[in-house]
Formats: sequence, C-alpha cells, structure tokens
Amino acid sequence: MRLFGRPLNGSVRTFAPGGARVGNFRGRMAYFLQQLINGVTLGATYGLIAIGYTMVYGIVGMINFAHGDIYMIGAFVSLVGFMLMGTMGITWVPLACFLVLIFAMGFTAVYGWTVERVAYRPLRGSQRLAPLISAIGVSIVLQNFVQLAQGARVKPLPPMIRGSFELSSSGNFQVTISYLQIGIILVTVALMAGFTYIIKFTPLGRAQRAAEQDRTMASLLGVDVDRTISATFVIGAALAAVAGLMVTLYYGVIDFYIGFIVGIKAFTAAVLGGIGSLPGAMLGGMLIGLIEAFWSGYFSIEYKDVAAFGILVFVLIFRPTGLLGRPEIEKV
Amino acid sequence: MTVPPVLSVEHLTIRFGGLVAVDDLSFEAAPGQITALIGPNGAGKTTVFNCITGFYKPDVGRLTFRRETGASFLLERMDGFRIAQAGVVRTFQNIRLFPGMSVVENLMVAQHVKLMHASLFSVAGFLRLPRFLHAEAQAIERARYWLERTGLVDQADLPAGSLPYGAQRRLEIARAMCAGPSLLCLDEPAAGLNPRESQGLNELLLSIRDEHGISILLIEHDMSVVMQISDRIVVLEQGRKIAAGPPDEVRVNPEVIRAYLGVEDEETAVAVLQGEGARA
Repeated sequence: MRLFGRPLNGSVRTFAPGGARVGNFRGRMAYFLQQLINGVTLGATYGLIAIGYTMVYGIVGMINFAHGDIYMIGAFVSLVGFMLMGTMGITWVPLACFLVLIFAMGFTAVYGWTVERVAYRPLRGSQRLAPLISAIGVSIVLQNFVQLAQGARVKPLPPMIRGSFELSSSGNFQVTISYLQIGIILVTVALMAGFTYIIKFTPLGRAQRAAEQDRTMASLLGVDVDRTISATFVIGAALAAVAGLMVTLYYGVIDFYIGFIVGIKAFTAAVLGGIGSLPGAMLGGMLIGLIEAFWSGYFSIEYKDVAAFGILVFVLIFRPTGLLGRPEIEKV
Repeated sequence: MTVPPVLSVEHLTIRFGGLVAVDDLSFEAAPGQITALIGPNGAGKTTVFNCITGFYKPDVGRLTFRRETGASFLLERMDGFRIAQAGVVRTFQNIRLFPGMSVVENLMVAQHVKLMHASLFSVAGFLRLPRFLHAEAQAIERARYWLERTGLVDQADLPAGSLPYGAQRRLEIARAMCAGPSLLCLDEPAAGLNPRESQGLNELLLSIRDEHGISILLIEHDMSVVMQISDRIVVLEQGRKIAAGPPDEVRVNPEVIRAYLGVEDEETAVAVLQGEGARA
C-alpha cells in the first residue's frame, strides 16, 4: 500500500529532508503549519468515512467492514464520472467536479443501499457475528468485482485542480495551501454541517437517533425502522463517495485495493472518537489525519501507521469508550 | 351493542414449545371505553398485548382492529410499525423511553409518521419548506398539550432518562398519545407509583377516554386503578378467560376470587379486589 506512503506535499521533501531541521524558529513554525494543513486535509477524508462506520454501528450494532470498499467504489465511480465529463465535453473544472460529486454520491449510495438489503437485512436478528462475517464477504466481493471489471492496475487521473496560495515563506521553505486542499476542507465542513443538521433537526435524523436507542420502541411508535436503517447506509455511502472523489483528485491514483487500509484507518478514527458518536467520528478522523501528517513530517513516513494505531491503543487504555463515547448503558 | 368493537380478539392461541400461554381467548374492547385485562402473574396478559402489537404472531386466532372511520385491520398479519401507524399504540411494563433524547423529542418521535410525510422523506425538512414547518409547528403544539396534561412542561428540555420514575411513567403515556392512537394499550401503567401518583393516573386515563374518545386496553395489578376506572374487566387465568364483565360483577365473582388470588382466605381476597389494603 504505497498510496499514502508518498510525501503529502512535494515541498516537504524538497525543502525539509528527513524532518524538522529547518533552522530558525520561523522556519520551524512554517514547517509545522504546513504539516497542519496537510493533516487537516487528510483528516477530513478520514472523518467523512468514519461517519459511515459510527452511524451504522450506532443504529444496527455491527461494524460494516465493507464500508472501506464502498469508499473505493466511490473513487472509481468518480474516475468514471470524470471520463464521462470528458466525453461529454464539459471541461470547466468546477462544473465537472460538481457533477461528478453528485454522480458519485448517487451511484455509491445505491451500492450502500444494495449491500444492506442483500447482505445485512436478511441476517438481522441472528447472532451478532453473522452480519460481521457477511460484511467481510461483501468487502471481498466488491474488491474482486472492481478488480475484474476495472483491472488490477493503478488508475491515474491527471491533476485537474492546480495552483495554490503561498501563505508565508521563510528562506527557502514556503507554506502553501493548494486550491484543492481548500476545496476538500470546505466541502467536508459543509457536508458535516449539513449532516449534523439532518441528524439533529429533521424527522429522519430523529428517527435514527430513536432507533439507535431502542429499535423496538421506535417501531411501535410507527417508525419504519428498516427504512431508517437503509437511509443510514445510503447517507454513509454518499459521504464515503465524497471522500473517494476527493482522494482521487488529491493523490491522482487509485486501485481496487485502496479501500482496505483507508477503511481500517477510518474505523480506527471512529473508535478513537468513540464509536457511535458522530462528533467523535469527525474528531477521530481529524486526529488520525494529524497524527499521520506530523509523524511523517517529523519522524518517518514508514512508521506513520504504527503511530496512528499506537495512539489508538494508548487512548483506549485510558478511555475505553473513546474520546467522546459514552459508556454503554446496560439495558434492563 | 350496535357500535362495532374497536378490538375483537377471536380464538387467540399462542404456544411456546409445549407451554400454551394463551388458550382460545376471545374478548372485545368497546370503543370509547376502558377495558382491563387482569389475572395472576403468568396468566398471559402481556402475551396478549404482544400479539396485538405485532411482537408475536399467534398460532391460531384473529385480531381485528377497527378505527372510527370504519377501516378495519387484521393485526396478526401486520408488521409492528404498521400496527402503530394504523392506530394501536402500547406502553411497556418496564419503562422504554429514549433516555438520551429530551422529553419533547420523545414526543416528536411519536409523531414521526406525520412529520416524515410532511417532509417528503426529510427533503422538505432539510430545506425547511413551509409545508414542513407547518407540520412541525403542529407537532410541537401537540407535544406541548400533552406535556401540560401530564405536568411535564418544565422538564421539556431535560433528557428523558433523568426524570424521576413517576414522571417517566407519565411521559410514556404522553408519548403514546402523541402517536395519535385510537386504541391505547397500557401495560401496568401504575406499577411503582405511590397512591397519590396512581390517583393522578386515574384522572389522566379517564380524561383520555372522555375528552378524547380514545379506547384503552389496560393490564394492571393495582386494583385501586382497575376497579375505579374500568368499564369492563376481562379476567385471565393460565391463558384462559375465566370471567368478563363490569367491575361490580367481576369483583364478587367467586371464580375470580378463587383463581385470581389463589388465596384460601376469602376475606383477604375480597378486600384486595375491592381495591383496599395491600396488593397480593
């Protein structure tokens, strides 16, 4: 898995080989700021995926291990979407990105819905382990499906959004934030705000929260719990698709296997923030992104995953429910 | 009676393995009345409730629910949430609120069907279109009404799980009423209430019957509640109906006195059935 093994930003390697040896205080601050920007960008995508894990866990009580592959599907659908835009002659980049965003969200949402309907709903009410195994099966199916349909080779996408702001420069080290990074952060913030709004203030969100606390009681008040669960999967998949699109644009290469490691990272983010807690997933995603960026920037890129998982272990020792999780209340 | 019953239970039978929990039970609940289901522990009262609200599918029997509009529903063939949408709403013996949600939100969840409809599966809700805002204002008004009736207005924004026990019981009834039932099924609403609180419960249930014309089906052990407010009582023992009739009749029925309490001492039995003194 070399995808995230690449330096997060070209300037890091060029001007600060091997870590924080950039002379004076201003230089060090600039370097820190650059890592912060990179980390926040990465964390945004993890957060979007982590929401899918934490929501499904909250309402159905299962870990949807196929969610990382849903993200991978989102990335591929985005790639196909950009091809389509090209053949249709839509070359104005913002419009193309917007259309691909809608296309990818819609298409991937259908995947999310189908997976729930085919692989999880028939197993509802059986043992806890059964849907988990089913999820691993779905994950394998999706990977192999894409491998067969799209080929096993890495797919490149030429960079579409170029250019960046230069925030400061000290000596030969510049702090830059690219337009793409700004776009990723803005889209993520907007989606998370919209999503939080849905959960807090719309009837659907209220039904989701109710079903999370007591599924039976919710259905006895007339809530169609099956449909509410479907909606949860659809929303989770759509958010993962956005993450897929952003990563495709950001790194420029995807393959059928990218869902695995990113899925594990996002799951880690959800657990770190407290699984079942939505703000926790966002916070956890951000933290994992920052840990990775700083570890790569100050220590070694090779061990950044170790750092992320190490922090997870450390946090869970002291807060077994995660940072924002609540202890599970024993139902009588 | 000329008015068709709101609920008819015909030949209801349910077995769990070799145990017959409910055995060929038939009874009716008249509209606008309070029908009580009583019997010793294990008589099958809650099982009957579970059949009515779609938890269990009966082995034999038919459960017909009729709305005031004349529409009728065969409950044994419906999913739980559809039964609730049709207008049969229940509460549980042990309190099942959504403890992490605020009091008023508990009441809003109960009006989910209407709100979801008005919000076009949340699209209009997300965009805050007028049709949704209107429906939401109505839902809040209704929630407020029931909070006032149950004396919970001041606690409206607290998490439901933080309320004292008696208030949680009242909130359950308020929530059930917000779901807009025509038949309200209450499983031991007076359990754990002190005499003053259960007096308040009596008044609440009577007003639900009289002011709102809602039929109530009630399981209760507290005879001071049952005898005072029921229009009709159905007595179960080991899954079978042993008596049915108005409170005054049931109270003196020797079969009930023998079977319901299983006590030799007839005086004690009569005293309990009169709603005086200690509970069995």
